Amino acid sequence: MKVSEKILELREVTKVFRTGLLRGRSVLAVDKVSFHLGRGEILGLLGESGSGKSTIAKIILKIYEPTSGKVLYRGRDVSEIRGWKELKQYYSKVQGVFQDPFSSFNPRRMIRDTFYDTIRNFGLARTKEEADAIIVKAVNTVGLNYEEVINKYPHEFSGGQLQRLSIARALLVNPEVIVADEPVSMVDASTRIDILNTLIDLKQNFGISVLLIGHDLSLMRYASDRVIVLYKGQVLEEGPASILEKPNHPYTRMLYEAVPRIEEKWSEKPRYAPELPASASAGARGCVFADRCPIRTERCLAEEPPFVTKDGARVKCWRV
Amino acid sequence: MKPLLEVKNLRAYYRTFFGVVRAVDGVSFELYRGEILGIIGESGCGKSSLVQSIVMPKPPLRVVEGSVLLHENGRVVDLTRLDSRTRRSFLGTRISLVPQYVMDALPTVRRVRDVLRDIAREKKLDYEELKKLFVRRLRGVNLDESVLERYPLELSGGMRQRTILALATLFNPDILIADEPASALDLVSQRQVLELIRQLRDEKIVGSVIYITHDIASVRQIADRVLVMYAGKILESGSVEDIVNEPLHPYTKVLIKSVPPLGVSYTERRLEGLKGAPPSLLSPPPGCRFAPRCPYAFARCMKEETPLVETKEGRVVSCWLYLER
Repeated sequence: MKVSEKILELREVTKVFRTGLLRGRSVLAVDKVSFHLGRGEILGLLGESGSGKSTIAKIILKIYEPTSGKVLYRGRDVSEIRGWKELKQYYSKVQGVFQDPFSSFNPRRMIRDTFYDTIRNFGLARTKEEADAIIVKAVNTVGLNYEEVINKYPHEFSGGQLQRLSIARALLVNPEVIVADEPVSMVDASTRIDILNTLIDLKQNFGISVLLIGHDLSLMRYASDRVIVLYKGQVLEEGPASILEKPNHPYTRMLYEAVPRIEEKWSEKPRYAPELPASASAGARGCVFADRCPIRTERCLAEEPPFVTKDGARVKCWRV
Repeated sequence: MKPLLEVKNLRAYYRTFFGVVRAVDGVSFELYRGEILGIIGESGCGKSSLVQSIVMPKPPLRVVEGSVLLHENGRVVDLTRLDSRTRRSFLGTRISLVPQYVMDALPTVRRVRDVLRDIAREKKLDYEELKKLFVRRLRGVNLDESVLERYPLELSGGMRQRTILALATLFNPDILIADEPASALDLVSQRQVLELIRQLRDEKIVGSVIYITHDIASVRQIADRVLVMYAGKILESGSVEDIVNEPLHPYTKVLIKSVPPLGVSYTERRLEGLKGAPPSLLSPPPGCRFAPRCPYAFARCMKEETPLVETKEGRVVSCWLYLER
């Protein structure tokens, strides 16, 4: 599929967190990340914990402000959004779905009331009948039955069902973009595929663009059109989703080799150095993956690699 | 072969305001010396309650029936009959637990060495001696003594879980129970932790392992034998090869099908997951508990409870499809 129109674009987005009360320490969570999400595209953002993937989601959803760099929605800088009214306009186009569905809903309110809140906040309906019609449509879209879910409390659902309901809640406003931050990592393995299928349906039936954030290679391969591989706040590889089974970057290869497969047991010993407690020396401007990389050279430790193009992918590595 | 642990018809219930939750409802299995037994089940199937009732049930969970027999040189101890003090003395030495939430397993405001001091005090051992042993264990899990001076918050999830493995195996426990030890970890750390568990068993630092998870692909990697649990009951058991290559129970089949093979894209082929949700354990359905979601269910499945039948040696299934209709 040809994706031309950039609906969301990140330009050199950087986020530094300062920690510590007296001795100020700063953590570079996102380091000059640039990418775009095309219209009607599912873009997979793949990374382990600490890669900065959730920080990026929060920057797009305006929960955090970037330290530097820009997020453009349809060419407009979202940092220029001022006031509740403009923010509401933005959120009626860009919606988030989060990892833990149980903390996305107020446990003491019925699903219907939570949905009514959203409809009221965004002024989507004038009458109760209109509101109900919007809810019926959203709930049906995620494959649930309105009558069966609407008068229940969050604890009466399984994780998978509740995650569908949080997708339905995001759909109420009729968004163009859904930012789904690890939407399946807390639901049972047997129901993950169907949640992803729901997101795929949104793309195919309504042209909604999805930024899908996750760490599971097979699931990301399955549901994404394009993927971006993040490590320690940097993009290391970017390309069509098929790069996940034909990795170019040694980091992507490390992830690929760690996937547990049902067909076979892990065979050879892993070649990658285990992660060690962070030391103070981490400040050298080489490749961020160099300390764990099995094929690193002196150059990798000293100089930051540039992006090179290989088989339709962009790879940030000296050895490609 | 003699079992090391024998769980017999165990029933463990929660008494709640709404009624009795039958989390573990007639579970029997054996754990043999030197094996890694995988227990697979989705959230709410009772697998963590099973672990708790083996290790140390805490109210509102109560063992209402059955026994947990620990064998040792011809002697047998029924854990369910012990008072909590004796039972506590078994923890760490005979049975050790690696829990799911790595965040909660270590106190956040104390350094790792303080935790080790507590253990020395509890087990009435010399701290310096214990420290030497701990450092040896740390090396085994690819960490060094610098961990002692750290607060758990300073360690990543994978490092924290490896630290807990080192702590849990200090006294060469007979049985290591790992309850979703890697579910909260990244792919790479997950592989490391699972391979470490296997290595600890191979090096006989731990006797046997019970590995509990919802992820059948990871069970495939390290388990020798597998139990499939659903809604408080065991549906199927057998060697890991048998379970993966020739699953008998429809539920096991769906579990295996729900693991996407790497390389499949939605643009080529739609995969399908399991529809519906597991039953409430307050009022489980009569008959087979999987019947409401089972694509092969027939009238009998909805009415009559299914017995466990042995299809060949060491292979057991609980499904009317394999019995006379």
